[in-house]
Amino acid sequence: MSARPPAKSAAPVASSKVKTLTIDDRLVSAREDESILDAARQNGIQIPTLCNLDGLTPVGACRLCVVEVKGSNKLFASCVTMVAEGMDVVTDSERLQRYRKTIVELLFSERNHVCAVCVSNGHCELQNLAQALGVTHLTVPYRHPKLPVDASHERFVNDHNRCVLCQRCVRVCGEVEGAHTWDINGRGIGARVITDLNQPWGSSETCTGCGKCVQVCPTGALTEKGKSVREMAKQSRFLPYLTMMREDRHE
Amino acid sequence: MSKVRLATVWLDGCSGCHMSFLDMDERILEIASRVEVVYSPLVDPKEFPADVDVTIVEGGVSSEEDLHKIRMVRSRTKLLVALGDCAVTSNVPGMRNTYKVEEVLKRAYFENADLKQQVPSEVIPRLLPRALPVHEIVPVDVFLPGCPPPADVIFGALVSLLDGTTPDLSATRFGR
Amino acid sequence: MISIEDLSQISQAEKEAKDAVPNQINVCVAASCLSLQSDKVMEELEKAVEAKGKKDCCKVRGVGCMGLCAAGPLVALEKERILYQGVKPEDAPEIVDALGAGPVARIQGDLEAPFFARQQKIVLENCGRIDPERIEEYVAVDGYLALIDTLTAMTPIGVVQQVTRSGLRGRGGAGYPTGLKWATVSKAQGTRKYVVCNGDEGDPGAFMDRAVLESDPHRILEGMALAGYAVGAQQGFVYVRAEYPLAIKRLKLAIRQAEKLGVLGSNIGGTTFSFSVDIRLGAGAFVCGEETALIASVEGGRGTPRPRPPYPAESGLWGYPTLINNVETLANIPAILRNGPEWFAKIGTPKSRGTKVFALAGAIANTGLIEVPMGMPLREIIFEIGGGAPDGKAFKAVQTGGPSGGCIPESGLDQPCDYESLAKLGSIMGSGGMIVMDETSSMVDVAKFFMEFCMDESCGKCVPCRVGTAQMHELLRQISSGEATSRELALLENLCDVVKATSLCGLGQSAPNPVLSTLHYFRHEYEAKIAAGEAAAAGHAAAHASPAGGAA
Repeated sequence: MSARPPAKSAAPVASSKVKTLTIDDRLVSAREDESILDAARQNGIQIPTLCNLDGLTPVGACRLCVVEVKGSNKLFASCVTMVAEGMDVVTDSERLQRYRKTIVELLFSERNHVCAVCVSNGHCELQNLAQALGVTHLTVPYRHPKLPVDASHERFVNDHNRCVLCQRCVRVCGEVEGAHTWDINGRGIGARVITDLNQPWGSSETCTGCGKCVQVCPTGALTEKGKSVREMAKQSRFLPYLTMMREDRHE
Repeated sequence: MSKVRLATVWLDGCSGCHMSFLDMDERILEIASRVEVVYSPLVDPKEFPADVDVTIVEGGVSSEEDLHKIRMVRSRTKLLVALGDCAVTSNVPGMRNTYKVEEVLKRAYFENADLKQQVPSEVIPRLLPRALPVHEIVPVDVFLPGCPPPADVIFGALVSLLDGTTPDLSATRFGR
Repeated sequence: MISIEDLSQISQAEKEAKDAVPNQINVCVAASCLSLQSDKVMEELEKAVEAKGKKDCCKVRGVGCMGLCAAGPLVALEKERILYQGVKPEDAPEIVDALGAGPVARIQGDLEAPFFARQQKIVLENCGRIDPERIEEYVAVDGYLALIDTLTAMTPIGVVQQVTRSGLRGRGGAGYPTGLKWATVSKAQGTRKYVVCNGDEGDPGAFMDRAVLESDPHRILEGMALAGYAVGAQQGFVYVRAEYPLAIKRLKLAIRQAEKLGVLGSNIGGTTFSFSVDIRLGAGAFVCGEETALIASVEGGRGTPRPRPPYPAESGLWGYPTLINNVETLANIPAILRNGPEWFAKIGTPKSRGTKVFALAGAIANTGLIEVPMGMPLREIIFEIGGGAPDGKAFKAVQTGGPSGGCIPESGLDQPCDYESLAKLGSIMGSGGMIVMDETSSMVDVAKFFMEFCMDESCGKCVPCRVGTAQMHELLRQISSGEATSRELALLENLCDVVKATSLCGLGQSAPNPVLSTLHYFRHEYEAKIAAGEAAAAGHAAAHASPAGGAA
């Protein structure tokens, strides 16, 4: 994977500076190595996200968490933009809502997200986003691409029809499990998550079968076998704890 | 005050949305007191009348008949409501869209048929190349996603429309 | 250890050798003329010289691009100032016979024509004049003089100041002040630093960098070494697309020659400065021209961009401060240091100094490569130098800046060609591609073409670019084929806004530009297509208005 972690300072927390900034007209403080998203969440301000997951390196790929920073025409992905002194952030505006709705629509249109027959129906982050953002229908046409399902693994299924290319599986496998079984193949609209060098998952020699990728997958793309519609609930809360415990051990 | 002229149509769907509509139980009487159901699979009239105030559509647009019907319905309706995921997203009917029509027919009428393997050619309307959500064919005014949308949501939405307010959709979503 | 004296000795010897042979026949052996078999022409010329016993008084040399690609293969007699165009191998004996006896009128080109006369060359000054495969020829035109001189007479900060004072701006597209970038890298903290030359030229119809790399590769190496000295880097990489095999071959040869001469390597010119250059081949992705994707690619990863900051100047290759400059930017550096920043700053306009190389392509008579002072009106470039649209067709628009740029109509042609003016016209300077469209081009199709390019080249990392470009391409297809209504047009405009505002990198952020600029200047063409789609839709609706008319 090409996205590299941003340089994390190895210095103890005490030495990092605290910044004061404004988010949605509220004064908040945050460490200088924290992102706008971190600072917002600590203060109960919710910004929609999809590719972001606590415990994994942020990549800024889904663009749902874009925010406005006063004084700049550009938008900033809050998961990868660090706080700065005096920054004045707007996390919700009519314009941002419109952009976020369109991005969710684009995701639904890209592949075949047939919620009614999906094992993750009712437990899906994409579905939740659509509801939270008021996406009641798509203004963009559905693409209906023909995509494969890889059910070669004895315990898990990879259904490309439901994949949103958030790269969570790629990151958790590389960063946490250390196996780096997952990667991305192809580019643009043809990009796909792959196991090993685009070999069937079941034949992967690097996959440890730990199932972390399944648990962090936000949709019904990676699921456990034997689950029927609505049955596949994910458990990704282990992740921040796991990474925290590992970091503690290093010190 | 004259009653609102209400119609419901059933395109390519499983009729589950109509079932959910009926699931509002006795509250249907409240609706019935305010509307005249001028056309529906649930009532007798065989021809879709002119000057309909509200039409609720269940199902995606899959066949030439659906296409003809929805254009006709739109041209005679003031307010068109897409009810349920098939009408809103093409949902299950749209799952065939990654295949060609010939492949779909071959699968259904040859590979999966033990007796009388043939594609029905008469009476049955021809399939369109792709099953589409209603709004990709004609403009839709209100979307009620869900498979099916809960009876409470349908009831609430109808009351809102009759009262002239915006329906609350927070209790439904794609799939549901 | 190479010194100024060594360089002038080489230069002197080279000039004497050249003077000893009265007739020099220069044959263009850059990619465009080569594709028209200029290598055969050269071979036949050599044979003819041999056969006619003129070996002592005539030398045939392969040189780089002369610019007028439309009329290739090009052959030039340097001293006589004669240009031959459209030369075929069988013309060789006649050319050799006519040496000293006047030109062969049948194939003679006009060197006084505006195409040549209106140009001002800095970046291309040696292109078509020297043999790119011989370092001695580069030295003979004062090559590496600036490098050795600078290493022994100027501090690194001094070099940065010279570049800053020249007013040079990045030629890769965005026009970021080069001096500022150099200063940032030079001030950045790092135990190691890198210089990267971005030669991943990928805009459709653009071939400026290819010409420089093929025709004058040492110029880039000298520019990189100067950059390395200025910012404190010891290692440089040239990232060049694998689709440029000739450029790669000549660059490799040039690196070997430069190392042998001692202008690259350890302790250059007896100083403490060491600098080496390696080549990294692009893996065939347009997005690798984006600097963070380029870095990922050089590191051996997937060529996808990452959010900035941190900028490469702070954290680039393997996390070290990295200076990334485009080929043309670096090609300006030796001339600036040789002639001084004031000389450079006098050329061009106050905000856009120096010259700019443009690749003229599309519906234009003189397809080829030109270099003009910044600020020259577009009309002069396209009509006087470029010769306008061929075959008596009327000019319609010019696309500058490739798929990230925009279409400029006739009404914008009197604007000066500089960074600010092009931005005001809704386009960008970009890397220098100019694609001319005549009256037969549909602007909807032009927008569709560029959108297809962006869709194919999107890396797929961020949602708006990955899915948005595919959706916009489909909408443009529908509009172009008369299947769309005003609903699709509104949708297209919304997607342009979303993709531009929310995409991760420059590719996505600029992908809507060709649509936006054609919508701005040629909206009527979109509307004509929409009208056809609406008429079809209205036909369906009318058929069902009353129960009698449409009962099933």
